[in-house]
Amino acid sequence: MNAKRPLAPFGRRAAPVTFNARYGAYAVIGCADTDGPRPSAGQFYMLSAASRWGGGDAERPYLPRAFSVLRAPAGSAELEFLIEDVGPGTKRLAELAPGDQLQLVGPLGNGFAPPSADTTPLLVGGGVGIAPLAILQDQLAPNAIALLGFRDGAHAAGAELLADPVIATDDGSVGHYGLVTDLLADELDRDDPVTVYACGPPAMLEAVRRICAQRAIPAQLALESGMACGYGACFGCVVATKDGFVRLCVDGPILDGQALNEVAA
Amino acid sequence: MINFCGIELQHPIINGSGTFDAIAAQHAFGESLVNNFPFAAFVSKTVTIEPRQGNPPPRLWEIAGGLINSIGLPNKGLRGYLNEDLPKLATLPVPLVVNVMGFTRDEVAELVNAFTAREEVAALELNVSCPNVETGLVMGADPHELGGLLDHVRPLTDKPLIVKLTPNATDVPAVARAAQQAGADALSLINTIRGMALDPTSGEPWLGGVTGGVSGPAVRAIALAQVHAVAAAVEIPVIGIGGVQRGQDALDLLRAGARLVAVGTESFRDPAAGARVAAELAALEPISSFQ
Repeated sequence: MNAKRPLAPFGRRAAPVTFNARYGAYAVIGCADTDGPRPSAGQFYMLSAASRWGGGDAERPYLPRAFSVLRAPAGSAELEFLIEDVGPGTKRLAELAPGDQLQLVGPLGNGFAPPSADTTPLLVGGGVGIAPLAILQDQLAPNAIALLGFRDGAHAAGAELLADPVIATDDGSVGHYGLVTDLLADELDRDDPVTVYACGPPAMLEAVRRICAQRAIPAQLALESGMACGYGACFGCVVATKDGFVRLCVDGPILDGQALNEVAA
Repeated sequence: MINFCGIELQHPIINGSGTFDAIAAQHAFGESLVNNFPFAAFVSKTVTIEPRQGNPPPRLWEIAGGLINSIGLPNKGLRGYLNEDLPKLATLPVPLVVNVMGFTRDEVAELVNAFTAREEVAALELNVSCPNVETGLVMGADPHELGGLLDHVRPLTDKPLIVKLTPNATDVPAVARAAQQAGADALSLINTIRGMALDPTSGEPWLGGVTGGVSGPAVRAIALAQVHAVAAAVEIPVIGIGGVQRGQDALDLLRAGARLVAVGTESFRDPAAGARVAAELAALEPISSFQ
């Protein structure tokens, strides 16, 4: 894991799309970012399409969309992102194919920190939030345990993106019938020293925060917020912490669980 | 070079207040930001006397060709800015304009005094899009109110005073004339336009403050009309702002009578937008024609 946070080249750049692969409800988009540094796990990019960005539903999108990097293989220029079509911006991103150009600003944000001394990394992901855990697992190598939750089988297809995941689904169609936090509680009952890394919907993150706070377990939470710019200009992406509002793009998106009173819905 | 109120600028493109944080950008992009600084002057986000947290999220809503914001002027306050931010902003390779807002005439005076004492500050921009809490009137929406404010603060400084007008006023040129009459050195417009968006599921306003400020290409035609009207009404220089994405948009504002142009929301999409717009503008029309 990079000890020094990689800086983003100044400006917005185009990267040719190299592949678009389907994983159930998700698309994985790959691009060749020859002008950018390798990101750290947990960092994100502001993405848009170089052409036909806008003029979709309600004439949107206009602003770029923030996505954590899914994978950035060492020794290559490839960046991969996990996209689900849930609105006009993601619809456009999810249809990008070789021959198209992805526009990027990044890598941005603080990235995950190394696990606390003598602990095993324990990754907890939900839905599209599994993305930064994949690159984290790559960078932390084999000893990271991954617990992943999805709403149904179509989304659980995304679990293939991590190594040896334990899966939970809301509808019980794959793996444990219930929440990923059920899996977390079981894992923590083994009493092995762990550092928890979590990314997923706010309700999941809040449950993870609370469980880890109760048991005094170090937790790094990858939060999410609507963002216009991703680099501190707009002040739109703030979340409430014990010390007041902070911009997720500047002081996050990874926050220590202990810095928060709660993860807001 | 362009001379604006005695300040020398390399080109006519500056940033809109609150649309670029040079300190955060340096944190994200490192030295390449400073070596390629995209604006000919840097305008800081509004500084108020007291620190402000700003509005609870959500603070943004995307619309067709733009955005509505209800950010709420978060800032460290005067003391925090002077102690922490000003020393860093003073190292930028371009002149610094500090944008300030007070909720009473005395607050504005205190801010003007504080920044007049600092040689690192090239000019002051007065954000008058808020109510004078003593009279209840939005300072920048009423000619008499604005004139009274400027009468109070003009004597306090020799630094250029730029008044940032609000478009949410019945007669913007009348307010502009009142500002000129009371000694403003320049005007900047437009600030964001009042707008609203409803959550499509609940039907409730999406932004906590019910309304917010609209910006981006959606406001371009409105900005151009207001800049044209104000430039025709006054002799002092005008900074044109509103939906600038391309050199052509900047050229339109300059042709409408603006002396400088600010790029705002487009920087959210492209951090180097200011530099790109300046380069596109130079390709359309050489700098010499703007002297």
